[in-house]
Amino acid sequence: MDQTFLAIVFGPCDKCSKNKPLRPVSVKSEQRSYCSLCVEMMATEGLHENETLASLKSEAESLKGKLEEERAKLHDVELHQVAERVEALGQFVMKTRRTLKGHGNKVLCMDWCKDKRRIVSSSQDGKVIVWDSFTTNKEHAVTMPCTWVMACAYAPSGCAIACGGLDNKCSVYPLTFEKNENMAAKKKSVAMHTNYLSACSFTNSDMQILTASGDGTCALWDVESGQLLQSFHGHGADVLCLDLAPSETGNTFVSGGCDKKAMVWDMRSGQCVQSFETHDSDINSVRYYPSGDAFASGSDDATCRLYDLRADREVAIYSKESIIFGASSVDFSLSGRLLFAGYNDYTINVWDVLKGSRVSILFGHENRVSTLRVSPDGTAFCSGSWDHTLRIWA
Amino acid sequence: MSSGGSLSTMQRLVEQLKLEAAVERIKVSQAAAELQQYCMQNACKDALLVGVPAGSNPFREPRSCTLL
Repeated sequence: MDQTFLAIVFGPCDKCSKNKPLRPVSVKSEQRSYCSLCVEMMATEGLHENETLASLKSEAESLKGKLEEERAKLHDVELHQVAERVEALGQFVMKTRRTLKGHGNKVLCMDWCKDKRRIVSSSQDGKVIVWDSFTTNKEHAVTMPCTWVMACAYAPSGCAIACGGLDNKCSVYPLTFEKNENMAAKKKSVAMHTNYLSACSFTNSDMQILTASGDGTCALWDVESGQLLQSFHGHGADVLCLDLAPSETGNTFVSGGCDKKAMVWDMRSGQCVQSFETHDSDINSVRYYPSGDAFASGSDDATCRLYDLRADREVAIYSKESIIFGASSVDFSLSGRLLFAGYNDYTINVWDVLKGSRVSILFGHENRVSTLRVSPDGTAFCSGSWDHTLRIWA
Repeated sequence: MSSGGSLSTMQRLVEQLKLEAAVERIKVSQAAAELQQYCMQNACKDALLVGVPAGSNPFREPRSCTLL
């Protein structure tokens, strides 16, 4: 009689390390040897995991559905309907009052100093300039070691600026009024990301900086020590913008990204508390409504939108069929009635926030508008463009 | 193992969605009314909206020239 025996190997199991009879098993084209008990366990584990994954997926879908349902229940009216009885706005006469020339390449970002007069701007050519917007004089200038300085911010005290971009860092430069100031020598590297820095902002003091990065995260840093205080994970792609809630409303900020999501974060816990996904493309800019109860966004989908935080939903869309280029930067006027938005078609559109209509188009820039901020006291706003200039409008 | 990775990602997503679903919300009509009220209350201070008395907007007044 012929008998074929399966050759049994006796030795330490590749999984549990116990000495047992082993069975050869191929795992991803590698030969392993497991004892029969481990083989059984792995088979049921695999099954368990797949079951859990599938049930989690369906739980996620049903939660998403429930979220939409809950939001829809409270959607009893549109913002512009509520605003029907509000007086319409008259004609606006807004002109360029100053042009800041001096950058050698595209202006990518700008920020106002709390003194309502000084401005910091950064450019693709690596230069960061501090201007006196009243006189258009340049007060400070520093050349960064990288090109594409995509983010810059003024410290609340007015004594320092922060900037960064393709160097993946956010650095702080103190501003002095020494005759032969060497800004580069006093540079302090604060934030380190694993991809480009897209946005930065000091918090209420010169001591902490919030950053957003192409690496998909936001982070809070201590300026003095460079220590990471909190990181914010949740975006599924590059984070392009952020804005801090007005100080009265507490410790939150909003961020927008290439994943088309706007996310609101608790700064202390690192938790995302609300998220909104109604845009059809990258969100380039987010800005809180002055009361802190809402925020606006500007996107490559050529629309700007208003999200109310207490209703937890989008409450207005600012769009026109004729506007087909992305909105790069948005900001509110002091009362929140006007939304200024800079676009890639070189224009700035002024929207009536309540009624949803456009009240003005501003022409002047000769290339994309990349950045736009209203001054701290609301008397003017500044726009920066790929045409190498900044303009002050009032 | 990749399946382990997506499992924890899904768990985090479900936890996040539960958190977001539990947010307390108010009606859009109430939220809209409050946004509008804020606008109205602060309209008079909004220089870009209502304009300011001639001469008090530093950007609108004619620039003084310094004699060198």
